[in-house]
Amino acid sequence: MAGLIGASIKRKEDPRLLTGRGRYVADLRLPGMLHAAVLRSPHPHARLRATDASAARALPGVVAVITARDLGPVGRIPVRLGPRPSLEACLQPPLASDRVRYVGEPIAVVVAASRYLAEDALERITVGYEPLQAAVDARLAAEAGAPALHEALGGNVVERLLTQSGDVAGALAAADRRIRERFVVQRHTGVPMETRGLVAAYDAGTRLLTVWGVAKVPHWNRRVLAELLDHPEHLIRVVELEVGGGFGVRGEFYPEDLLVPWAAMRLGRPVQWVEDRREHLMAANHSREQLHDVEIGVRRDGTILALHDRFLADLGAYIRTHGVIVPELTAALLPGPYRIRNYRCEVLCVLTNKTPTGTYRGPGRFEGTFVRERLVDMVAGALGLDPAEVRRRNFIQPEEMPYEVGGAALGQPTVYDCGNYPGAFETALAAIDYKAVREEQAAARRQGRHLGIGLGCVVEKAGLGPWEYARVEVDGSGQVTVYSGAASVGQGLETTLAQICGEELGLPAEAITVIHGDSALVPFGIGAFASRGAMVAGGAVLEASRRLRAKILALAARLLEARGDDLVLDHGRVHVRGAPGRALSLRDLARAAAPGQPLPPGMEPGLSAQHFFEAPRMSYPYGTHAAVVEVDAETGQVALLKYVIAYDVGRAINPAIVAGQFVGGLAQGIGGALYEELVYDADGQLLTTTFMDYLLPTAMETPAGVVAKILEETPTPLHPLGSKGAGEGGSSGAGAAIANAVADALAPFGVVVNALPLSPDRLLRLILNPGSG
Amino acid sequence: MKPPPFEYHAPPSLEEALTLLREHGDEAKALAGGQSLVPLLNFRLARPRHLIDLNRIPSLDYIREDDGALAVGAMTRQRAVERSPLVRERCPLLAEAMPLVGHFQIRNRGTVGGSLAHADPAAELPAVVTALRGALVARRPGGQRVIPAERFFVAYLTTALEPDELLVEARFPAPPPRSGSAFLEVSRRHGDFALVGVAAVVTLDEGGVLTHAALALTGVGPTPVLAEEAARVLVGDRPTPQAFEAAARKVSEGLRPDADLHASAEYRRHVAGVLARRALARAVEQVGGGAR
Repeated sequence: MAGLIGASIKRKEDPRLLTGRGRYVADLRLPGMLHAAVLRSPHPHARLRATDASAARALPGVVAVITARDLGPVGRIPVRLGPRPSLEACLQPPLASDRVRYVGEPIAVVVAASRYLAEDALERITVGYEPLQAAVDARLAAEAGAPALHEALGGNVVERLLTQSGDVAGALAAADRRIRERFVVQRHTGVPMETRGLVAAYDAGTRLLTVWGVAKVPHWNRRVLAELLDHPEHLIRVVELEVGGGFGVRGEFYPEDLLVPWAAMRLGRPVQWVEDRREHLMAANHSREQLHDVEIGVRRDGTILALHDRFLADLGAYIRTHGVIVPELTAALLPGPYRIRNYRCEVLCVLTNKTPTGTYRGPGRFEGTFVRERLVDMVAGALGLDPAEVRRRNFIQPEEMPYEVGGAALGQPTVYDCGNYPGAFETALAAIDYKAVREEQAAARRQGRHLGIGLGCVVEKAGLGPWEYARVEVDGSGQVTVYSGAASVGQGLETTLAQICGEELGLPAEAITVIHGDSALVPFGIGAFASRGAMVAGGAVLEASRRLRAKILALAARLLEARGDDLVLDHGRVHVRGAPGRALSLRDLARAAAPGQPLPPGMEPGLSAQHFFEAPRMSYPYGTHAAVVEVDAETGQVALLKYVIAYDVGRAINPAIVAGQFVGGLAQGIGGALYEELVYDADGQLLTTTFMDYLLPTAMETPAGVVAKILEETPTPLHPLGSKGAGEGGSSGAGAAIANAVADALAPFGVVVNALPLSPDRLLRLILNPGSG
Repeated sequence: MKPPPFEYHAPPSLEEALTLLREHGDEAKALAGGQSLVPLLNFRLARPRHLIDLNRIPSLDYIREDDGALAVGAMTRQRAVERSPLVRERCPLLAEAMPLVGHFQIRNRGTVGGSLAHADPAAELPAVVTALRGALVARRPGGQRVIPAERFFVAYLTTALEPDELLVEARFPAPPPRSGSAFLEVSRRHGDFALVGVAAVVTLDEGGVLTHAALALTGVGPTPVLAEEAARVLVGDRPTPQAFEAAARKVSEGLRPDADLHASAEYRRHVAGVLARRALARAVEQVGGGAR
């Protein structure tokens, strides 16, 4: 249907979700289903002595207690993105056998008639722990002589990364002004509303193992499961169901993704495990913890000459599926939208006795954008320039595109495909009314009120391949179904794909069914991550739809005895232009395409087409965040007064969904800026295991009336529609913009804002003691 | 996060609830709105053998005037108090504090008696009843006693209630004419337990001199803390910014709060003074605006 791409239609998913008809994994009930609970280490680091589960096994209703010994020799969970030989020694086993390395590490699984009984049984398992000294602070863990987590590694530094271009030392030496600063980004992570969960059932007759609740990358997870279980991949069916948020965290292969299917196969009964919130906060991937020591060299006019960063990435106790891509992405994209010819970044990837880590919406960009954009504001402050002006003087210009940054990530050199950074920047400044807010700030200061304006310029990356699969079919009743290899984590995938298909086939989105996340129905697929849905999954659906359209028209041309380019495909019918009576419905055509019917030469029977869309290069969407805050200088409280995101997505398939991505991402970015922190004590105990301690922003903490400027100024040449991903830009600039706004508000106090989150306690300490940053 | 086994009782009358409480004493917990107890059960931090559910006892749900005080039944939902015109008229401090208790979804279930008997020192209701020098009515089979607020809150999550006693009513005395009050707090997010909160009550004489002042603070000690020294320096003085500043200093000086994840002891001491100063100013404004 013409005009469907670019229309803010309502989401196809929402009627069922909003009326409580969505089916999540916790809703699943199978006959004879058992319930699992996981015994987790209370120690950050300990040797395991004898485990005695006899009292737990004796409890009525308990069916099994599974320890590492019961599990026998199974492999460790492999790296999905960016495997390196150096990481092999630190992969996580599904159950700890001789040593535990973080609070929350699985030691045993109880399977019982109910979750209540399973938890009762957990209390009756005795484990002999011999506590070891824990490495908690990455700085200390990286030093020689620190308690070592993995003996095979020899120390806790698992990888050193180096990104380099130009001559940093020379450029720094030539700079008019050099600024050094240390920045801390706190450990926090994606906390989906729906925790992780699985149901597994094994049919001993057919040997088919079915696992529900496999999210994000179902096909990859099926392969890992097949290898770890040593069970044929084609005899494993994985089903996604509804997913209540992913954010990078949910859907990666975790120990439970092996343990629950293993238990179901061994016991011959379906097993359900639904993670509780305490488990989620200690067991699911953490993210973001980095410590940067940065130096920037500039000319007197604010031109950036060189950037030198050395940072520690605290990756926790094991290397999980994301390998070291978060620090890698941080280093690759730290230069952001600025022309920085001389750049060097040295990264130490350090293991500590804390929960292992992975990606979280805007991985590496939330962190790096905070560091870079704070530095730019510090440059402005040191030179007495307006922070907006310093940015203008350093932006890479549209005519410099494509622009080679110098680094690489995910096996691709960082080459910005296209962009108009100054354009998005000026749009954001106009939307927040930068000049007027500056005047308002001056007036407020005269009344003793502390307003601040903060800018955060972002370059994101989107559309990670290597490919995605789609098949589009017209069934015998004339109905169109899209089969996509992508996954839905709640981002509106079904609607977006239906719009792309509908545009090509002349159908409204509601007439198209979208099937995804079931390996029995969609044999090939990659999944939902790295802002790839619209780009890579959308590209596959677009091309499959175009092929199907061509087939439909070729068949109709023969049957209607017309030329193909005289035909119109619209509203589920093909008719001859100017002769609406000479028409065939999609149902007529589907029947005419059945085997045995006369078909045009070379045409296969069946109205269907498929496509593998290959995406060898990523796109780099970009934009600017602008925030206005007021800080209560007596209590350290921050009020977000205004917020603007201007962000270029090339082509928005559904602007309402894109705006929703911006605002939802912003809510999480606000969490990272002001509220969320996974806190460990000095011994390695995790202190934030409930929502009373781990503070997620709610609707009340998200400013009303966020202005989302969706820009389509620079469609990417890498995609047939010009679309770039939209999923992460709402998060990645928020730490920077809010921290800059707070620092701006508190400028009269001479404070240094260099660490997140900006809690009232931290800010009041800075205000009362400005040297304490 | 599932509770350990317990026996569940749902008595239909106060008398039956009291009988059960006497029978099980220390091994029983009374379930009111469940907004604190149920999480404690699910975390297995509370492990009562018996749970006595009070939600089927309608006689404990009321808001009424009684002998110059506002009397609120223990099972009255916080949301009902928040919406009550009688509360707004007779006890503005209580009305002002109610919206700060959790979120409205919590207040729809949470009860006045539940919050008071739980005795979290960061909660609003204990500070309100303490600032107003209110009282708590406890019942046991065949007996009743009235406990002044300042003696009710004994320690962290601990009250003067005996194991066989049930809190049945909270009494908030009506303030004398020319009184004003305010409740201010700082919390990390809307609806969180406050880092620090202050309930302030003042009364002025005809000449505008403070004849009474009370400041009760949340989050700065094991119980609600009455800043008596600060109140003393105010009485007999005019309500000037300088007087409030002096009282605020006394508030901060007198506190020895603990630190937690969300705020240091120093933060709480400092902000307690700031909030005390602001709350006093606001309480005096209320006198000027309303009751004069």
